[in-house]
Parts: sequence; structure tokens; C-alpha cells
Amino acid sequence: MKMLSTKHLLGIKELSKEDIELIHETALSFKDVINRPIKKVATLRDITIANIFFENSTRTRLSFELAEKRLSADVVNFSSSSSSVKKGETLLDTINNILAMKVDMIVIRHASVGVPHFLANRINANIINAGDGTHEHPTQALLDTFTIRQKFGKVEGIKVAIVGDILHSRVALSNVFALKKLGAEVMVCGPKTLIPMHYKMLGVEICHDINFALSWCDVANVLRIQLERQESAFFPSLREYSQYFGINSKMIKNLEKKITILHPGPINRGVEINSDVADSDQALILEQVENGVAIRMAILYLLASQNKL
Amino acid sequence: MKRLIIPSSLLDIILLRLCEQLIENHGSFENTVILGLQPKGVFLANRIKHKLNEIQPNTIEVGYLDISFNRDDFRRRPIESPSYTNTIPFLIENKKVILVDDVLYSGRTIRSALEAMLAYGRPSKVECLCLIDRDYSRELPIMANYVGKTVNTMPSQRVLVELKEQGFNEDNIWLITIDTNENA
Repeated sequence: MKMLSTKHLLGIKELSKEDIELIHETALSFKDVINRPIKKVATLRDITIANIFFENSTRTRLSFELAEKRLSADVVNFSSSSSSVKKGETLLDTINNILAMKVDMIVIRHASVGVPHFLANRINANIINAGDGTHEHPTQALLDTFTIRQKFGKVEGIKVAIVGDILHSRVALSNVFALKKLGAEVMVCGPKTLIPMHYKMLGVEICHDINFALSWCDVANVLRIQLERQESAFFPSLREYSQYFGINSKMIKNLEKKITILHPGPINRGVEINSDVADSDQALILEQVENGVAIRMAILYLLASQNKL
Repeated sequence: MKRLIIPSSLLDIILLRLCEQLIENHGSFENTVILGLQPKGVFLANRIKHKLNEIQPNTIEVGYLDISFNRDDFRRRPIESPSYTNTIPFLIENKKVILVDDVLYSGRTIRSALEAMLAYGRPSKVECLCLIDRDYSRELPIMANYVGKTVNTMPSQRVLVELKEQGFNEDNIWLITIDTNENA
């Protein structure tokens, strides 16, 4: 018998190494399911899940919805732009109203840090964090580490460079937690203004030279510049950022070894990564998207299994 | 308490008899495939394929079926880690399928297998082969077409199958009597 140590997926910080490994192991079986001629199992047929997105999302929301539907759960979607939140309803009231309609699990994305934690202390349903502000995006880190495990057969000892806008990235923080727990070596690379001081305390290498980071790593996880979160001028212009930190095929070809490129999407082609790299066989970007569905199915399955009838 | 119900030497004889029964019904296995249920049914399915080949060379296809996500006791009891995958590199549409498992007890595993199998097509016929049939314990209207050995058991007892493929020195099948009401 194997169980997660937690009732919610709030962040990678709250998970143990064993939890992450159990999720990866379970996701392997679900990857098999979504590659069958009939990609659906009936396991969650008596579970209702609400996807509550207070922030824009394409990949994550679709990925969760497909994961839920392939497990046969009933799904309702909610986005703040077309809801009563616009009429002044509080977050907790909104959620409690949704729960009154007998919803078992909540997938939530919110622009404020800590919203999933706030809800977990106040309501009874399982909460899954689909991104809270600049804090954590646990499912992305789980699928990134799963993709690394599939490529290399292990995560321990693999050198991973996370490149780009570390300051505003919930993907970066969740990835650092997950990679460190699984024993990988981690480096973050970006302009000084986009790497917060506290990253030193997380046990990661800090680097401001993209060519050094690429020559050091086995895997480069390239992040998007989060234009919507640039509240002040952290770098002079996108063109200048691209010149100093953008990854092109010439840089990749000059390396002694063949590195693997990850990107959580959406890609800003020509800014953080050029098309010839993003579309090369070294980039596992679409593999990540496929793995994302399997990882989310695994999380929903493992959390739902704790709700005894 | 542990009682040996099938020792290694007997298992070989039983498997040989089962293979002969299969040949009687399926001839050259032109339109027949075997699906072994993860995990131990897979070992038995491979042994059967090997033995069938020794008796008469054939090209019978063997697939591995995992029923973790089709169980009917999800949220009723703790899950076992679904660390197995399906390996079925063929469609079963209009084929005759022989489901192979080690122990037939409540019948719920076979029910789940019937559901899981349908993701690979609609077979023309499905049969069930099991090594041990625990008599008087069925909870569903399911029975095996080919049985290695029928054993009368109580719910408090458990059948333990040890096969060389799992790392044991020899094949042994035991009947274990335990104090609790835990089912096998």
C-alpha cells in the first residue's frame, strides 16, 4: 500500500522525496494509459473536480481538464473574468459556494501567493495548486523532473540549469525544491536583477553567464520572461536580454556534449530561445506537455484514493 | 500455518496439461492471443507460451494487462502502487483472448480485466485460465475455462504463489491460514 503523505498538493516544499517518486511511478502507468487506443479509465467516475482559474492559462488548464476527463471525473470550469468575483464576492465565499454544489477536489490558480494554503486551512476538499503568484507551480516541477527521469533514467546527479526570469518564476522555485529533493545539482542563471538573493540559501549555484551555464549542465530548463509581472525595469530591453541570455543553435553546437532543453511554455520565440533550438531534437518541450497530462492524472488519482467512501 | 499445495514438480505437469487443453480448443492459435494479468499472470503466460512452443511451434502473441485503474474497490481500500504497465502490441479485435492469472478468488480481478481489455478492441471470444481456483468464494458470476487446481478455501486463508521469476529458488504454491479476516 502506498499513499501520499499529504491530503493536498500545495507545493513541492510540502512533499517528501518518497511522495515525488510515488507520483512519478504512478505517472508512468498513466502515460501508458494515454497512449492506448482508448485513452480513458473509469477510476474517478464518482468524483467531481472544479478547475478554478483566477489567472490566464492554456496549457495547465487544458492539461488538468484532459487528465480529469481521462480519469472519468465530472469537471466544472471557472474563470474569474466571467464570474461573480467581478461583482465583489470574496475568494472564500466563491469557493464555499462551489463546494456547496458537492465538489470533491479543487484545482486552483491565483495571482496571489499562498491562496491554496489559505484554502486548505479552511475548506474540506482536496486542493491542488496550479500556480500561486510567483511562489510555486508544483505540477510543472513534477512533470519537468519526470521528463528528466524518463530521458536519463534518474534525476540524482543530473546537472540542471534553470535559465531566465528566476525572480518572477513559480516554475523555478518548484523545480529547485523538486530537483534538490531528488538529488540533482542545480544552477540558476539570469541577469542579476532577476535572481533573488534568497536563492543562495536554497543550495543552488548562481551564475550570470549563459555560456558557462550551458557548458556546465546536462539539462537547461529555459524560462519565459514574464512580461506581465515586470513592475519595474529589471533589464533595459527585450532585445538586450535576448542578446545576453537568449539561446541560439550556435551556442548549443559549440558545446562539448549534447544537452537537453526544457521549456515550460509559452515560448517567446526569439527572446529566451530561438526557433532552431526550440524545434530541435534536443528540446523535449512537447514531451513535457504529454508528460504533464500523465503527472496530473497521477496526482488526482493518488489524492482521490485517500477520500474513502 | 503454511501448507504446500503445489510443489515445483507438480506445477510443470499442471502447466503441460493446461497447454494440451489449450491446443485441443485452439489448434494452431492462428486467431488466438494470450493476455497475462500483471504481475504474476504475466509470468504464467510466458511459461505457457514457451511450453506451447515446445509441444508445437506457433506464433501465439502474448500481451500483459494491468487492471489497477479498472478495479471496483477504488476509495474502498488502500491502493497498491500501479507500477505495472500494459504491453499489448496488437489489437484484440475479433481475436480469441485467453486471460491468464494465478489465483481466481472473488472474480473481481477478472471482471476488471474484461473492462481493461476493451481498450484494445472487441474480442470474438474470451476465456479464462487460472492456476488456482478457490472454490466456493466467487462474488461474481465468473468461472475459469482452464483450471490448474481447484482448492477449497475459507475467507480467512490466503493462497501464496511463489515463482522463480520473482526471485525464488523454486516454484511453490502455498495455502496460508491466518488469524485475521484479511482476504487474499
